[in-house]
Amino acid sequence: MPDPLLATHELDAFYGDFQALFAVSVELGAGEVIAIIGANGAGKSTLMRAITGLVPCRPGMVRLSGEAVGGLAPHRIAARGVAMVPEGRQLFASLTVEENLLIGGQLARPGPWSLGRVYELFPPLAERRRMPAPSLSGGQQQMAAIGRALMANPELLLLDELSLGLAPIVIKAIYDALPTVIAQGMSAIVVEQDIARAIAISDRIYCLQEGRVSLAARAGDVSRGDIANAYFGT
Amino acid sequence: MDWVNAVVQGILLGGLYALFAAGLSLIFGVMRLVNIAHGDLIVLAAFLGLTVTTTLGINPLASLAIVVPLMGVLGYLVQRLILNRTISDDILPALLVTFGLSVIIQNALLEIYTADPRKMNAGAIETASVSLPAGLNIGVLPLIMFVTAVAVIAGLERVFFHSSWGRAFRATSDNPRIVGLMGLDRNHVHALAMALSLMVVGLAGVFLGIRASFDPALGPGRLIFGFEAVIIGGLGNLWGTLAGGIILGVSQNIGAQINPGWQILAGHLAFLVVLAVRPRGIFPRIEG
Amino acid sequence: MTAAGYLVVQTSAASRAAAIGGAVALAALAAAPLWAGRADLRLMGEIFLYLALATSWNLLAGYAGLVSVGQQAFVGLGGYMLFALAIFAGLSPLAAIPVAGLIGAVVAIPVATLIFRLRGAYFAIGTWVVAEVFRLGFAQVSALGGGSGTSLPAQMVRSIAGSRELREWTTYWVALGMALAVIAVTYGLLRSRRGLALTAIRDNELASASLGVDILKAKFFVYVVTAALTAAVGALIFLQKLRISPDAAFSVNDWTAFVIFIVVIGGIGTIEGPIIGTIIFFALRETLADLGTTYLLILGVVAIVVMVKAPKGIWGFIHSRTGFELFPLTRRVIAAHAPTSHAVSGGSA
Repeated sequence: MPDPLLATHELDAFYGDFQALFAVSVELGAGEVIAIIGANGAGKSTLMRAITGLVPCRPGMVRLSGEAVGGLAPHRIAARGVAMVPEGRQLFASLTVEENLLIGGQLARPGPWSLGRVYELFPPLAERRRMPAPSLSGGQQQMAAIGRALMANPELLLLDELSLGLAPIVIKAIYDALPTVIAQGMSAIVVEQDIARAIAISDRIYCLQEGRVSLAARAGDVSRGDIANAYFGT
Repeated sequence: MDWVNAVVQGILLGGLYALFAAGLSLIFGVMRLVNIAHGDLIVLAAFLGLTVTTTLGINPLASLAIVVPLMGVLGYLVQRLILNRTISDDILPALLVTFGLSVIIQNALLEIYTADPRKMNAGAIETASVSLPAGLNIGVLPLIMFVTAVAVIAGLERVFFHSSWGRAFRATSDNPRIVGLMGLDRNHVHALAMALSLMVVGLAGVFLGIRASFDPALGPGRLIFGFEAVIIGGLGNLWGTLAGGIILGVSQNIGAQINPGWQILAGHLAFLVVLAVRPRGIFPRIEG
Repeated sequence: MTAAGYLVVQTSAASRAAAIGGAVALAALAAAPLWAGRADLRLMGEIFLYLALATSWNLLAGYAGLVSVGQQAFVGLGGYMLFALAIFAGLSPLAAIPVAGLIGAVVAIPVATLIFRLRGAYFAIGTWVVAEVFRLGFAQVSALGGGSGTSLPAQMVRSIAGSRELREWTTYWVALGMALAVIAVTYGLLRSRRGLALTAIRDNELASASLGVDILKAKFFVYVVTAALTAAVGALIFLQKLRISPDAAFSVNDWTAFVIFIVVIGGIGTIEGPIIGTIIFFALRETLADLGTTYLLILGVVAIVVMVKAPKGIWGFIHSRTGFELFPLTRRVIAAHAPTSHAVSGGSA
């Protein structure tokens, strides 16, 4: 049986002396979409950062297609086909929209995504391509951040709290575009506080509670009650 | 007439000061690092040029072909092996390490070359001059240096704003923490920036060595001139740095016209006046 | 100081032991003219002066976060003011020292107003420019010898004390007193409320600003105080040398490079650090100085290695491993009912 695209094994992660993740094990097969849900501070973003190398951990704790990559520098993990849309967008402030997209394509892996296709997907970006990134609205910045990650033509796309700080109508527009994004066999991890959206978009979900996995199930199989329990830890 | 001449010479001198400053400005823009050893590296480049010139028997200007790439490699290594470890929100480590480097370079040069002043001889071009209307004579060499400075600054601007290198520099400067997500190794980007900076330093050093006599103790003075040009011109703006260099050069020459012993002091005073009246410089683009 | 059952305590067993040991050492040092030879006395005097310079530089950089590579401006200013006051105002050299310090403070005010417009490393170079302006400026003052400098008139020197021996003892004691005064002022400042503010600034400027600490005023205050202390030390330095010139007065190497080395090696941001650093610096100097430029090269390499490997210096290393403090500054909160609570020190603020 082939190795899953991504697997974390008993992942522990620390910020200094503070332990944020305790023995977290999640798995993702090629072409799957999983959602990570949980309350604020549960460790969702920390998990994303550990996978992408922004937070250190031991090598065997994160495996990509069987290869131990835990603790590698972020650019080495990115080179293996992992791209993230970071929490809070984090566009490069002194770059224009187009330059932000181009920098996403720095790694130049072969694939369907290009500047043209990103503009097709998100027309507002095309209109503002030469404007400085900070001048965009929250929703447009989110589009740009997604586009930036897509430009790398990743095998695995991580989306961290897409809806943070955005108006509902904007969130809807972005989530409507997501199926196109993760079509064509791209795998994705969606970190979301909005449970309904998380269930709607994913094949399986994991719930984190205070740094531990409190629930792992197929999206269709869980009840609201199960989720509430796992979310709040009762 | 002497005054006009002083101003013109000051403008040309400003080109050299802008060259001193360009590398400093570049590094600060990319890494928020101020290299205290910058001036000593300029002097090091001058001595390198001297050694290459005397060993190979070539014209100092030709030595640029060796000195510039050599300085680039040196910059890459120093950044990668030493300075990258000092970059953080705390400015103290980088400041103190580069201060240590300054002491090391000065004393190493003293050991190797002694304190005797040296000068490189570029041949006939040093005395060639161009006659301008109104009885002005401009040396060909200062003119070449000024034009080169302008070209270098234009080149750096082009790299910074219209190349993928420059994009990488600016992105790493904006957010060094997540730039790895895009596949950029920030240690490598920082080292490339330092390499570029020291290549400009190499050029500036050889020019310095041709234009005037130099000795191992000259470094701190060149650092201060470069720094003053950057501050007068405004942070984060290379064309501003050129303007700053020109203002500095002109102030120095006007001071020298009044009293030869006042040359450098006049430059410092001009700097302090700008600091008092327009603290962010004349054409600032970024905050300190 | 008690609040709802908690005590805030500053002393510890280690610091009390150090206080006793320190008192003994102090007595021995004060009696040095009795047991030390002339050369050793001069050396110790020099050590005290460097200790004073290092402690003040550390106050500025380690606590207020103001890294200056231009303190030589005030060393030289102090020296020149001493000579000026002695020669033109007929002031006794010893009396001129505190006056020189005061002048240093007054001059520091417009200087700070100007250079505080710069931040971080650019501030540092700005301080250097100021020192250069002073150097070039004083070189223009022919009344004080211009570029080649001047000497202290013989009768001024004799007015310090009756015999040469007594003069040397006096300058030694003044140097010792100066070092103690600088350390006392620094310690007193840091132990006060203002000092707590300073430590907060050092640790996290943004956070302390949001808590209402007036950063600018605190930094300004420290800069002026440090300038005064440095100028007073400068006055004493050149009183001992009996001769002053712009290059010696405003030398970057002598008054900044070596001082920075001392503080970095010893441990920045601690009071104990400069003490250790001064001892190590002089140990190195006495053994290696014959090597000339190689000696300076070694200093530079050592400074870089320490900064990269042990950024908190030797004392910082010790402190982080053991929590030792000879000059108690850490305020520890102890639950009032804890069985092993230390007695509240009378001086806790």
